[in-house]
Amino acid sequence: MKTFGGPVLFLDRDDINTDEIIPARYLTEITKQDLKPYILEDLKLPGFDPVGEVTRRAKVIVTRANFGCGSSREHAPWVLEVNGITVVVAESFARIFRQNMFNCGMAAVELPKSAIDAIFSFQGCADAAISLDLATQSLTISGGGKEETFAFEMAPFDKALVMAGGWVDYADGKY
Amino acid sequence: MGMTTAEKIFAGHLVDEPFPGAKVLRLDVVMCHEITTPIAIADLVSRGKDRVFDTAKIKAVIDHVTPSKDSKTATQAKILRDWARRHKIPDFFDVGANGVCHALFPEKGFIRPGYTIIMGDSHTCTHGAFGAFAAGVGTTDLEVGILKGVCAFRAPETIRINLNGTLPRGVYAKDVILYIIGQLGVNGATDRVMEFRGPVVDAMSMESRMTLTNMAIEAGGTSGICMPDRVTVDYLWPFIQGDFPSKEAAVGEYRKWWSDEDAAYDKVYDFDLSGLEPMVTFGYKPDQVRTVTEMAGTPIDQVYLGSCTNGRLEDLRIAAEMLKGRKIAPTVRAILSPATPKIFQHALKEGLIEIFMEAGFCVTNPTCGACLGMSTGVLAEGEVCAATTNRNFQGRMGKGGMVHLLSPASSAAAAIEGRIADPRKYLP
Repeated sequence: MKTFGGPVLFLDRDDINTDEIIPARYLTEITKQDLKPYILEDLKLPGFDPVGEVTRRAKVIVTRANFGCGSSREHAPWVLEVNGITVVVAESFARIFRQNMFNCGMAAVELPKSAIDAIFSFQGCADAAISLDLATQSLTISGGGKEETFAFEMAPFDKALVMAGGWVDYADGKY
Repeated sequence: MGMTTAEKIFAGHLVDEPFPGAKVLRLDVVMCHEITTPIAIADLVSRGKDRVFDTAKIKAVIDHVTPSKDSKTATQAKILRDWARRHKIPDFFDVGANGVCHALFPEKGFIRPGYTIIMGDSHTCTHGAFGAFAAGVGTTDLEVGILKGVCAFRAPETIRINLNGTLPRGVYAKDVILYIIGQLGVNGATDRVMEFRGPVVDAMSMESRMTLTNMAIEAGGTSGICMPDRVTVDYLWPFIQGDFPSKEAAVGEYRKWWSDEDAAYDKVYDFDLSGLEPMVTFGYKPDQVRTVTEMAGTPIDQVYLGSCTNGRLEDLRIAAEMLKGRKIAPTVRAILSPATPKIFQHALKEGLIEIFMEAGFCVTNPTCGACLGMSTGVLAEGEVCAATTNRNFQGRMGKGGMVHLLSPASSAAAAIEGRIADPRKYLP
């Protein structure tokens, strides 16, 4: 199983798509590691810098609804993973992106809008960090001397994939 | 309680349900292209499991960047080609025989009602036009599909979309699906199958139905689905005539895949399309849709006619009819990419290619190329393209470029005027 949690990158917009996470022009790379410099290159958000310190340090992305919509490219979770990000917390995900996350043994955590709003209230804290406890299905955000914990749902199958380290290992042993 | 088409297909293909709601399905077709498959192949090789579950059920094509534009894309093509040869995959389509996957594979007769289909490509939902369950997946799902012939999905909930009325002149399947996405939103069908029903669908050709189902993913849908009927059988007849004594018999047999009248739907939409107008997107999301009338006059730099959405013969015929005897505006460049070699050949024989070239179009070989900004028509920073493709994300056709999605007819009108324009005034 991968490790989950750490400094947070806040991406405050709905419908962030796969082309923004990793543009198609880089899909000609044939190793995951080669994708690393291009993370979120085409995403335009106020105050966001794809090559900035916050992006570089992040282990967790917190965002809004329908994250990862568009293409089926697994390059999207891969480019996050090779940059050290193994958790995305969102109000909702596009189906293929979400499945790709679990298939790679990464955590796609869905929380209701009210919880996402509460987590975004930590956006101003330079030390904002999230820790994830898969066993109890709880997420804790800390920053600026405050701390808040949220319970989340994760389908048992998705959790099994995360625990197994991904779908290939899971399926290979079973089918 | 009756079942939907998707539920029937799931029930007939269920291999395992490891947890409630997680359905592992047996796959009838696993499709592969050179962008998302090479990493799956590499992983299988590194695991010492370089095998395929059934060579006859795997279909492979080099289509996204072809012929290869540089060393990297040549390497991707080579990985797929070497793999297909190594495993003696009979249905592998290389340069000269290759075309855009979601146009090529139906044309080859690989799809049947009731099938389960996956591909490492989000527009795989296209194949649901035949009454199949077809879903785009990532590389890992593809890898397991190649190795084991299975894929996991959540239990399918279906949204039924009744398309009532008759389409007015100058309004096509593309306008319909843009309108639907505008109504549902880019997140409106996430984790849902979109079932297209009603007289408008009944009257559509398979080409038009594929345009509808192709863009289900743009509303978040897992698969689009149309009911298999006489139109489906007519299209498939060259491939299925040995299986049935008559077309009527085939229509009767395929009827079993229709959703039952008492099936349960997550949601039902009723749209009367008799007053629908030509539609076009205005922003960077496919649900940002307006009428062409509202957008008329918007300047453009390039017109692109092609892709898995609208690069089929019917699309070329519609645009050619309008372009006959006309020239494109001097301020635009226009690119036509017929989606398959067969479409290209038909278009040549019918004189369509001559019409396009006389009008000033550049005609490229079949490829996905420009649609995702990879080759043969990439935009420069700040440029605008009127495209018959499926995705208008920022930078989709080139960094800093903008895309307006529209129908083949509206693309022809845009080419003639050099700006978004009403296609109805150019119809013969």
